[in-house]
Amino acid sequence: MNQPMTQIASATPSVFSALGSVIRRDILLAARRKSDVLTTLFFFVIVVTLFPLGIGPEMSVLRNIAPGVLWVAALLATMLSLNRLFAADYADGTLEQMAISSVPLGVLVAGKVIAHWLLSGLPLALLAPILGLQFDLAPQQLWVLAIALAIGTPVLSLVGAVGAALTLGVRGGGVLVSLLVLPLYIPVLIFGAGAVEADLTGLGASAHLSLLAAFLAVTAFFGPWATTVALRISLE
Amino acid sequence: MLEATQLECQRGEKSLFRGVSFRVDAGTCLIVQGANGSGKTSLLRMVCGLSEPTEGEIRWRGTSIRKLAENYRNDLLYCGHAGAVKEDLTALENVRITAALGGQPVEEEVARQALRKLGLKGREDLPARVLSAGQKRRVALSRLLLEKRPLWVLDEPLTALDKAAVTALCAIIDGHLQAGGMAILTSHQDLPLTAGRIDTVRLD
Repeated sequence: MNQPMTQIASATPSVFSALGSVIRRDILLAARRKSDVLTTLFFFVIVVTLFPLGIGPEMSVLRNIAPGVLWVAALLATMLSLNRLFAADYADGTLEQMAISSVPLGVLVAGKVIAHWLLSGLPLALLAPILGLQFDLAPQQLWVLAIALAIGTPVLSLVGAVGAALTLGVRGGGVLVSLLVLPLYIPVLIFGAGAVEADLTGLGASAHLSLLAAFLAVTAFFGPWATTVALRISLE
Repeated sequence: MLEATQLECQRGEKSLFRGVSFRVDAGTCLIVQGANGSGKTSLLRMVCGLSEPTEGEIRWRGTSIRKLAENYRNDLLYCGHAGAVKEDLTALENVRITAALGGQPVEEEVARQALRKLGLKGREDLPARVLSAGQKRRVALSRLLLEKRPLWVLDEPLTALDKAAVTALCAIIDGHLQAGGMAILTSHQDLPLTAGRIDTVRLD
């Protein structure tokens, strides 16, 4: 028996460059197809703007509803963008390639979630203070609002990714993902909106912000792992 | 090297195939034959670890691929029906990003050379959207030249390719087998392979 010996040695996978490539790739794809990202942002701007127009110029009412309106609009805007998170990669076979990559799928998923936050959550957090002006919020509260959104929206992306992965390839997945994920967003909504309200009443927002950060720590740890398991089930 | 024993695949109530066993040694090409819907793609997905066999086991160098997980995937290159080619990215970006996602990033010049070898000279910087089906398939197959992995699993690699590309692809597979690589593939056309040992497995 003189079988040829394998001379092809596989290279060690480079995990960090893979993480960077996923983030860069998703941002590049979004830059090539700007309408997807802009739709979400316009949705957010318009929904938030409709409230002051509908309620009228009663400053005290507007100030009170502002945190809730901005946060609910942020949740819905995030929901809108969730369907896109894995759908395109699933359709063209990239997701399969990611699942059999020598780089752990959890790392690639983390990259996709980071890119999703950079493209949906971060712009929302940056826009919110400007939109908050319509509700007569003081600069101090605008700051709190932006910080709360900056801490809270990554949680929305991380939790949403699990839902998007579970409903992948399911008909009517868009509605299903809302039913699945929106209830899980409730704690973030309560403490996110609560942060601004607490600041309005003079209690200080730090307790609420700390709790939001705690949510972020927990979901950052378990989110990519749960998403990976869900993706493997969806791909089978 | 790769060994499959008594594989069974069940889809719902129906059993697609059962009792499929094969062995792929270094320098061997295994061709999976069977009619449409006989479970060729399902078998290849099992070999990749994308789905679990209902019965039976697949071992790589003596160890179950489930246990090896990432260590096995590091040795595996899978080219499926869907080529994982993004319409909005250029051919070059597609190649480089696919390689990086697989954990083996390549330099721009190396990627350009691979594309040229597959007859895509002058098309490297065009978005994949404007390429023809055959050209997209060539973009997907350029991975074979770039990534160093001993086991190739190719699902219908010849789809949409013209004669020149089929010859080029066969030369690439020949070279891989000569270097002691392994390949498992499905094809409805004949592949003019000259190197290595050719085995076949039939699904009914």
